[in-house]
Amino acid sequence: MPMTDAWQTAEIPGPKKASLILKPDIADALISRAKRPIMIVGHGIVEYEVDGKPMIECLIALARKAVIPVVVSASTNREFLSREFEPAAIMSAVEISSRLTDPEWKGLDGKEPYDLAIFVGLPYSMEWTILSGLKHFAPNVKTMTFDCVYQPNASWSFPNSTIKDWAANLKGIVENLED
Amino acid sequence: MSRKSVSVSIKEIDSDLARFRDLNITIGAITRERWDEPMGPSPFPSLTTLRPWDRLLLSRYKPFYMPFCDLCCLCTYGKCDLTGTKKGACGISMPAQQSRVVLLSACIGAATHTSHAREILTHTIDTFGRDCPVNPGGTAVEVEAPITRLVCGIKPETLGDLEPVLDYCENQLTQLLAVTHTGQEGNSLDFESKVFHTGMIDHLGMEVADLAQVSALGFPKAEPEAPLADLGLGTIDAKKPVILVIGHNVPPAAAIIDYLREHDNAGDVEVTGICCTSLDLTRYAPKAKIVGPISWQLRYIRSGVPDVIVVDEQCIRTDTLTEAEKIHAPLIATSEKNCLGLPDMTHEPADAIVAAFVHGDVTGALILDPEKVGEVASRVALALHPKRKKHGSMPTKHKIAEMAKKCTLCMQCRRACPNDLPVAQAVKLAASENLSGLDELYDDCLGCGRCESACKQKLPIHSLIVSAAEKQTRDETYCLRTGRGAIQDIEIRKVGGPIVLGEIPGIVAFVGCANYPKGSREVADMVTEFAKRRYIVCTSGCAAMSAGMSRNEEGKTVYEQFSGAFEAGGVVNVGSCVSNAHISGAAIKIASIFAKRPLRGNYEEIADYVYNRVGAVGVAWGAMSQKAASIAAGFWRLGIPVVVGPHGTKYRRMLLGRADRGDDWMVYDARSGESVYGGPVPEHLFIAAETKEEAMVLIAKLAMRPNDTSKGRANKLANYIDLHKRYVGGIPGDVYRLVRTPADIPLTLKDEVDAHLAEHDWKESSIPDPTLLSRMVHAKKVA
Repeated sequence: MPMTDAWQTAEIPGPKKASLILKPDIADALISRAKRPIMIVGHGIVEYEVDGKPMIECLIALARKAVIPVVVSASTNREFLSREFEPAAIMSAVEISSRLTDPEWKGLDGKEPYDLAIFVGLPYSMEWTILSGLKHFAPNVKTMTFDCVYQPNASWSFPNSTIKDWAANLKGIVENLED
Repeated sequence: MSRKSVSVSIKEIDSDLARFRDLNITIGAITRERWDEPMGPSPFPSLTTLRPWDRLLLSRYKPFYMPFCDLCCLCTYGKCDLTGTKKGACGISMPAQQSRVVLLSACIGAATHTSHAREILTHTIDTFGRDCPVNPGGTAVEVEAPITRLVCGIKPETLGDLEPVLDYCENQLTQLLAVTHTGQEGNSLDFESKVFHTGMIDHLGMEVADLAQVSALGFPKAEPEAPLADLGLGTIDAKKPVILVIGHNVPPAAAIIDYLREHDNAGDVEVTGICCTSLDLTRYAPKAKIVGPISWQLRYIRSGVPDVIVVDEQCIRTDTLTEAEKIHAPLIATSEKNCLGLPDMTHEPADAIVAAFVHGDVTGALILDPEKVGEVASRVALALHPKRKKHGSMPTKHKIAEMAKKCTLCMQCRRACPNDLPVAQAVKLAASENLSGLDELYDDCLGCGRCESACKQKLPIHSLIVSAAEKQTRDETYCLRTGRGAIQDIEIRKVGGPIVLGEIPGIVAFVGCANYPKGSREVADMVTEFAKRRYIVCTSGCAAMSAGMSRNEEGKTVYEQFSGAFEAGGVVNVGSCVSNAHISGAAIKIASIFAKRPLRGNYEEIADYVYNRVGAVGVAWGAMSQKAASIAAGFWRLGIPVVVGPHGTKYRRMLLGRADRGDDWMVYDARSGESVYGGPVPEHLFIAAETKEEAMVLIAKLAMRPNDTSKGRANKLANYIDLHKRYVGGIPGDVYRLVRTPADIPLTLKDEVDAHLAEHDWKESSIPDPTLLSRMVHAKKVA
């Protein structure tokens, strides 16, 4: 299937559509360039593995290396806590996303607004609609998704990928950050 | 008041002046006032009467828009790209466009309920007369129509008295729909106010519909222990002739029961139903059987069990005729709103229609006469049953494997699945005669059939799933307490105090459709959780069925485990979609009966009371329809928050509060008139949760109100914290915002909460006598 078709066939996007993250370097550059990134993690991540390890471990490694605060929805919190990683906040995905549309909101720590929001693990259509909200109403926040399917309403998204390719990309992102 | 109180009918008269035959004279709008409560400030409110109240709510709960489409394509200027700050050719912005679409959706929903109400009212008046008393519960229900009293300022005594209420609904809906025309409203918050107005009208229409059918059709009248009815595919005796009714408007289905009873065939034919018609049918005849929610349509029809299918209106698959033809079951359409291209045989003799069906001359017919539907459906079922031999369209297990071998793993089925289920992988597995993958999909499948439409090999994927899950379908033998209708006044008196003071931690209403992220069982799980925690749990519509489609370790459904009374720990099935009016009505009655607030035409004060004091939360976990949107809007205007499942984000906007902004949560203390901090409760008015665990924690939090006493707040906090610890992990991070005084802290959690408060530099605050309305301040001074 074309890399930039929405994963759910009928979720036709546009005119404005996400640019593709075709290799890890792109994501790394976006993360490195961001002054205030934040990651929003949904419960879907528990279903996936990267190199035989739960994907959540890859995200934790990423968050630690890039110093990215992680906001989790309710059901995902335990997965992080059990790996001795404390999320910055537990909030519903719509609530944290709504906050991101407020240019005066200075973040969870009250310091300054976020400029990059990374989404992963939400139900596809829920993430689709939330990213649409941010595309239209959070002009100062770039959005990126780490899911293995194309999310057209993000600023940057992986293409529709096999789990194997996607896992390799995620692993590459973390490794590059180490370098 | 009665619109048409005096009617004179003259069969024939000869006079010097003229000769009259069949002369009917009706004198309309005669006031018959028997209600001494003084009229409040807002009877029959217009589109803007309650705008100030809406603005108060919307100043706290700001819309978060999530456009489902970046374009507007509603006029020939378009398509217009509204991305970001771009404007359409008419000047409309994206926020206004989104709220406009929300209003359109709510208008569709409210028009549907109101139209349904008109059909029921016309039918019951035609059958039982305009003077048939409004009677939702005899002497147990003196406040017979709380929404009508509140919104219209009238006290209906007869069915005829309900006509001006519907006239008003229809008038308002016409105006509300007009608001969405190009070049009308341009401000998103004004659109939102009109969404609220539409919701209020929707609840009014629903109240009229249920009052009429409960009063005239002999449904349970506010009975806490209404009879139990069978629920599930496994309860149906397929050896008998089977009639399936689908939809919402019960008269044709009731006429089937009448015909069978009158002809001593009641025990010979299974009358089964899907969606709200079946709920209302079991209120009429508890031995009728409920197959399941709307998502059961394809699976049941394809099973071949129904010998005749009767559809009325709303939420019916529009390809039902095609599916019915596949199993050689005649289809009877009964509503002008849903003709399905069928020949109108309303005026044909019943004998001729029956013969046409039995001989196969027609596969479907439109019959706009409920009585004739009753006769035709019954006779055709009896006549066709031996011939059809339950001809179904499900593949055998061997055939499944054969078909599955054609799968190319193109993934189109999965990409079409609303729940992103691993359909292709399951089909591929089935090719090796391993049906476990398909079997596992059954529970989470919405029954939409989009996978089949997408399949390039034209595999009947939904049928493969259902056939593979044959054992599961056989085991669907549940029960449901039939819809009781209204809540008794005495029940309100008993629970009013504990609810308002917070000692009963809340009322949770599970309503709406079956567009669930993970199957029906999640609704049953949530209902059980909150009933065990001594919340008052209400159910209605498809959610009421889903609540019953699960059993505990002892083999009991929630309706067998918990009482049907409106009390702590009760599971109260009010009935069908239109019975939702009894849930909002109960909140209103708490203000009226328990708190003795004047009801008549006094919307703002009552909504202010409900918002600040009645810890009610609506949950539409599988909300799908426009009707669900308008039902939610009716709750919002009363200040009752609504939680939806993840698919609910497709309604395009949330109404979210900001607990971090203290200024947003100021209320008047009615005792002093001072503007004081009331706390972020309820924190949101409309929010989508991702999982049932997140939803449960949210529900417990959203049941808090500024008026909670310390004992009540401690009870609510104990539930909130416990649910959070169980399903999320640890103490919630916002407890410090919800504790006002040390007495609010649950005793069993004191050490943990004290430590949390110390971390957050918590300071004690007072508990106000809260109101958002300056005119409700008892003292003269208003800050």
